[in-house]
Amino acid sequence: MPTARRPFIASLLAAPLWAQAVLAEPFAGTYRLAAQPVAPGVWMVRGADQPIAFANGGAIANAAIIATDAGAVLVDCGPSLAYGRALAALARRLTGQAVALVLITHLHPDHALGAGAFDPAIVAALPGTIADIRRDGPGMTDAMFRLLADWMRGTELAVPGRQVAAGPLVVGGRRLQLLALSGHSQADLAVLDEATGTLIAGDLVFHNRAPATPHATLATWQQALGTLAATPHRQLIPGHGPLDSTGTAIAQTRDWLAWLAAALAEAADHGLEMTEAGDLPIPAGLAAMAEGRYELQRSVSHFYAALESARLPLIG
Amino acid sequence: MWAMHAARLFGTAPVRFDGAVRVAMPMIAENQHVFPLTVDARALGTVQRIIVLADLNPIPVAVDFAPMALAPWLALRIKLDQRTPVRAAALGADGVWHVAGGWVDAAGGGCSAPPVSRARGDWAEHLGELRGAAFAHADGTRLKFTVRHPMDTGLVENIPAYNIEEITVRAGGRLLAQMAVQGSVAEDPVFSLLLQGPASAPFALRLRDSNGRVFAGDVPPPAGGH
Repeated sequence: MPTARRPFIASLLAAPLWAQAVLAEPFAGTYRLAAQPVAPGVWMVRGADQPIAFANGGAIANAAIIATDAGAVLVDCGPSLAYGRALAALARRLTGQAVALVLITHLHPDHALGAGAFDPAIVAALPGTIADIRRDGPGMTDAMFRLLADWMRGTELAVPGRQVAAGPLVVGGRRLQLLALSGHSQADLAVLDEATGTLIAGDLVFHNRAPATPHATLATWQQALGTLAATPHRQLIPGHGPLDSTGTAIAQTRDWLAWLAAALAEAADHGLEMTEAGDLPIPAGLAAMAEGRYELQRSVSHFYAALESARLPLIG
Repeated sequence: MWAMHAARLFGTAPVRFDGAVRVAMPMIAENQHVFPLTVDARALGTVQRIIVLADLNPIPVAVDFAPMALAPWLALRIKLDQRTPVRAAALGADGVWHVAGGWVDAAGGGCSAPPVSRARGDWAEHLGELRGAAFAHADGTRLKFTVRHPMDTGLVENIPAYNIEEITVRAGGRLLAQMAVQGSVAEDPVFSLLLQGPASAPFALRLRDSNGRVFAGDVPPPAGGH
């Protein structure tokens, strides 16, 4: 049937210059989550270092699983109900216990929309994140359904039912240190597992994957990175990208954000257009970060209009 | 839709899909209310008109630009109401419409959700604020300007269409270029135009909206000149 329809659709659109992708709506696959042990009782579940897309089921963010005597603690829970359930099953296999607590680092749907797989009473976030999810969650959920279709089946916006604050949090004898920061969004939670020195940074830190900025305040984000750098840790689980065991990911994120702010300001100084700003060369030292061009063009959309109008004098 | 638009816009004139017209667009429509594109038809030589359109927008044409004494080059931001082809069509001296563009995937509602300033409620306080500057570039003088305007499409409940309709650019009393503008251009429109070579006189901008209001201002030549 799709092959029979192809010529028909092509004739309707009559756009001979472009390869015509026929957008059928296929069925989703199954999340095949793999846990990477990073320290005793701590696992990292890697996301794909890609944009959110049907091909990856939206599983682009990292999640963490921490074993405690009271049950597993999850840090972030993926983009969909099916992902949240798969992560819960994986945590049970690894720890032998059910999930006791889900910490949501920030509002973004690739980290937070799997929360519907859990009792809201055990899903916790900073008050600012809860407010962010209440405000932006419906729109973000719509956007995820548009991109991910069947992967999102059954997913509904679940607002975390428990608030957490900065400071120590002891779960089942395991002592976690919570850091309440902001900059990537208006409220960003980072979690330090004291026993292993594992710092779970959420999207404050991107590693070998370019940072995303849809709700970012760059100067505040740089301050948060300063706080993380000053927090003693042995290894770091970034929100996106591989485990950082050499202490380079925070600096890499800082370098990208500093370059981005300076490059966009300079482009606006010269009167460049948005498309030109999005085509700026990415410095060699940052070019290895996956999805750099994609995230630069998104950041142009987020920041450029304000930079431009600040540089154009009022003439009438 | 393309066949209908082509018949309506180009009549019986020949139409050629032509890579000589370059349409630069980002790889993602991050914001369907503000989608930037830059059209460069300089490879065609003399160009009489450039039409920018999105086939599946409810207001398909964004601008109809007559470059006249300016280069056949412009940059603007448009709304996208859904996934659609976005095209630029340039009418060359040969009487042929040279068309290029690409498919853009976009979330819905670019034309049918209220503009930010309507939601914020402050649109009338800043209506018509005109900003602009000229920049000396290697390929000529860039004229960049922006006006605060809600650019209402008329497709939002209880908000009638209200948009910038016509823009003219003059220098030393001479008409350099003019452009017809529709509500599918993004809110608080930003345009860049290009004068090949240095500018000697200020650019006199005149923008008229669909309520007959006129917003005007002068953009001095780039500081330091050439």
